[in-house]
Amino acid sequence: MKRIGVFVCHCGINIADTVDVKRVAEEASRMPGVVFARDYIYMCSDPGQALVRETISQEKLDGVIIAACSPSLHESTFRAAAQEVGLNPWQVEIANIREQCSWVHTDRKKATDKAIRIVSTMVEKTLLNESLSPIPVRITKRALVIGGGIAGIQAALDIADSGHEVILVEKDSSIGGHMAQLSETFPTLDCSQCILTPKMVAAGKHRNIRLMTYSEVEEVSGYVGNFNVRIRRKAPFVDWSVCTGCGLCMEKCPAKVPSEFDRGLSTHGAIYVPFPQAVPNKPVIDRDSCIYFRTGKCRLCEKVCEIGAIRFEQEDEIIEEEVGAIVAAPGYDTLPVTELKEYGSGEVPDVIDGLAFERLLSASGPTGGEVRRPSDGKVPKEVVFVQCAGSRDPERYKPYCSKICCMYTTKHALLYKHRVHDGQPYIFYIDIRTGGKGYEEFYHRAEQEEGIIYLRGKVAKIFQDGDKTVVWGTDTLSGRNVEIEADLVVLATAVVSRDSTGELVKKLRIQTGPNGFLSEAHPKLRPVESINSGFFIAGAAQGPKDIPETVAQASGAACKVISLFSRDHLEQDPAIAWVDEELCGGCRICVSVCPYDAREFDEERGIATVNEALCEGCGSCVAACACGATQQRNLSDSQIRRMVTASLGGE
Amino acid sequence: MSKPKVAFYWAASCGGCEIAVLDIGERILPLSEAVEIVFWPCAIDVKYDEVRAMRDGEIDLCLFNGAIRNSENEEMAKLLRRKSKILVAYGSCAHEGCIPGLANLKTRREILHRNYIEIPSLDNPDGTMPRTRTVVPEGELELPELYDTVLTLDQVVEVDYYVPGCPPVADQTWAVLEAVLEGNLPEKGSVVGAGTKIVCDDCPLEKKETRISGFVRPHEIVPEPGRCLLEQGIYCAGIGTRTGCGALCPSVGMPCRGCYGPPPGVLDQGAKIVSALGSVIDSQDPEEVERIMAQIPCPVGLFYRFSLPHSILRRKTTDDYKD
Repeated sequence: MKRIGVFVCHCGINIADTVDVKRVAEEASRMPGVVFARDYIYMCSDPGQALVRETISQEKLDGVIIAACSPSLHESTFRAAAQEVGLNPWQVEIANIREQCSWVHTDRKKATDKAIRIVSTMVEKTLLNESLSPIPVRITKRALVIGGGIAGIQAALDIADSGHEVILVEKDSSIGGHMAQLSETFPTLDCSQCILTPKMVAAGKHRNIRLMTYSEVEEVSGYVGNFNVRIRRKAPFVDWSVCTGCGLCMEKCPAKVPSEFDRGLSTHGAIYVPFPQAVPNKPVIDRDSCIYFRTGKCRLCEKVCEIGAIRFEQEDEIIEEEVGAIVAAPGYDTLPVTELKEYGSGEVPDVIDGLAFERLLSASGPTGGEVRRPSDGKVPKEVVFVQCAGSRDPERYKPYCSKICCMYTTKHALLYKHRVHDGQPYIFYIDIRTGGKGYEEFYHRAEQEEGIIYLRGKVAKIFQDGDKTVVWGTDTLSGRNVEIEADLVVLATAVVSRDSTGELVKKLRIQTGPNGFLSEAHPKLRPVESINSGFFIAGAAQGPKDIPETVAQASGAACKVISLFSRDHLEQDPAIAWVDEELCGGCRICVSVCPYDAREFDEERGIATVNEALCEGCGSCVAACACGATQQRNLSDSQIRRMVTASLGGE
Repeated sequence: MSKPKVAFYWAASCGGCEIAVLDIGERILPLSEAVEIVFWPCAIDVKYDEVRAMRDGEIDLCLFNGAIRNSENEEMAKLLRRKSKILVAYGSCAHEGCIPGLANLKTRREILHRNYIEIPSLDNPDGTMPRTRTVVPEGELELPELYDTVLTLDQVVEVDYYVPGCPPVADQTWAVLEAVLEGNLPEKGSVVGAGTKIVCDDCPLEKKETRISGFVRPHEIVPEPGRCLLEQGIYCAGIGTRTGCGALCPSVGMPCRGCYGPPPGVLDQGAKIVSALGSVIDSQDPEEVERIMAQIPCPVGLFYRFSLPHSILRRKTTDDYKD
């Protein structure tokens, strides 16, 4: 029989107010195998931990139960304390009598009885616990960063600066992302390009960064420290190793393609770079728009290219790489204007979205920074900005707040006013949310000094009337309906998760939340990690966020990668699945259900095995194994049975 | 030295296990040479009183088939336990309760009412119900009492070995008899005449990936030959059933029904199989999952077809359970 010690924590009044901790300790002392039971006010404090350590030594304990808060808080604390005095960490268990008991009950007697049962359940488990040792796993100290926006660039630069190699994969031909489209940034009004392009160049030139633009991740296999990645390098139909980026081909190309980068406000040829400051500054041919690819005639670009870089015969390439960690920063999209029916479904020419307005404001944009409306190129005198276009609207669009729109709309209105002095900007808003350094001040300046009219209310309808774009809304502060005959309307459309993010998460086997944004391992304490080891997340793919927050998160993700790479090898939690080979009948159901590809079938022996480095110990295969051959270490069927029996009162 | 004495008995069973013993074929001849069959109601005329007259432990081996469903079954189980050195729960009914055990989904009252009052083909105008005692001019008649709950043999007496199967296959029966006669016996309480893996291990059908988007019954499709039936949506219990039969059913294109019971280490065959199937339903949408599961009309009858009395569930409980 084991010698178990039970340590009951008061957690100040958190537990002790609702649970009679003395009685819990007293009852615990009579449970099978328990040779010591005591309560203490703060078990996680220094003296509390000392009590645990000393008792383990004095009483020669080979099992410890801490009846306290959730294991996610202090399991590692007490396991480390036990290890200091030579007790195997996997002989230490937490009986959660706080979150699962004292915090959710008020009746002291019932809560105490429940706490006793919780302790008794963990005693039953501990009686059968085995001592385990962590599983060592080697690490490939090389990172993959997916997405070349500011998040990906920042993460790549930080990892590369620490001396580790980075592969930066971007689906477009240039890195830069949405930030490259922006004119100025709130609240400081720095020019976006001026602060971004040096970073793009640094990423392009860094000796530890391998830039793979116009590329997409096809498949990821393996596990933390040892991923195998297949990357598809799309054919640009230009030999980038010889192209000098002179731009002659782009000038001569007769095709006209709406520029995605300029939100359709300008055109470029079928051979193009998305914007002049692109990194790398190498063109690609858009196969769908290229006259030669469509009709078999033209090849004008080939004729004008003096160094002969055009390669119509080029094909996609598949490149395989080994990496140890992956940062996913695939970015965001905005809700298409076409989806907003009451705002004209994208059919009213002078209703544009925020990113399009950024291009109108940008010095390198289609109008050279002059605000001219798309329909006739006139300078608009009355501009209506509509916030929450598709956000905070659970019935029809997105339930969440897109977070950045209050600030960028204010910036838009203010920059518009700076460009068009006699113009009048209006902003329709639900609330103005200015949580951020200098944000509230920026809003006050716009509202009080710049003559921007803020109208609190939603816009019901936008439609065209002659050369005017009519906005019907409500001013809820005055209680009146408002009609504005505007020259231009700018919608702050909702920040949404990309469709391609959905495909990416399937390849990476990481999770997304309800609105398709990447899920973090813990909303507060592990914000840059995915729940799957070795995957980290950064940027607006995780949820709407502004540039400072994105950069901070990217650096955080990079730090996690660097900290992973600072170790000689990884230690995998051994409390994972194992197979009793005598029992396994080879039905392969475990292989079908494993979300981590950790279950493999050994054809020769006709049994399924566990790849210990890949197994996360989720228990899916354990539940799926009808023959009982697969068991979870320290959570075997017999342990669970005894725990269930104890939790039901031992009958 | 006298020949070892062997007894066979049937309690609540269909008689299939008796046939299964005879299924050893010509080997019955050397068997009858090697042993003395002292009791076998199905085959030889030996009265209960003759068994009662035997010394305790006089019978060397008793193969007891059938579940315990009435007072006669229980009495005989206790008697044969006392008289036998080795008592074997032979066949699924004695081992786990089997088909008769599905009666645990009803109460005794419901069963009797159905059988003696409700059944359309019945002619019982006076509503006569079976009774344990009936007085007739010649005296009082006594019938065994039907139990509310079907029990397994080891729920009433101590059992030395278990031979699973509905019925056990002949070669396995023979192997058990041989082992007993040679004194080559494993640890008491073991399952004998069976393997230690699951039916899939013996099954010749090819398995790849199991993702179930719908269940079909065997008669509803022509299964793709050579391919795992479960992968094709036919419920096959092979994933949670002990080997021993040689995968007879799936080898001929019929799904395993689970008669060899749970593999070693599994307490509740039905629960394990439900857990496994729940893991491979190919949908994340609760309504879709509901729709798929609704294709199984009687989950208990299917997943616990052979094992209900021996499972964690044991029987259906109702508020008015006491009868």
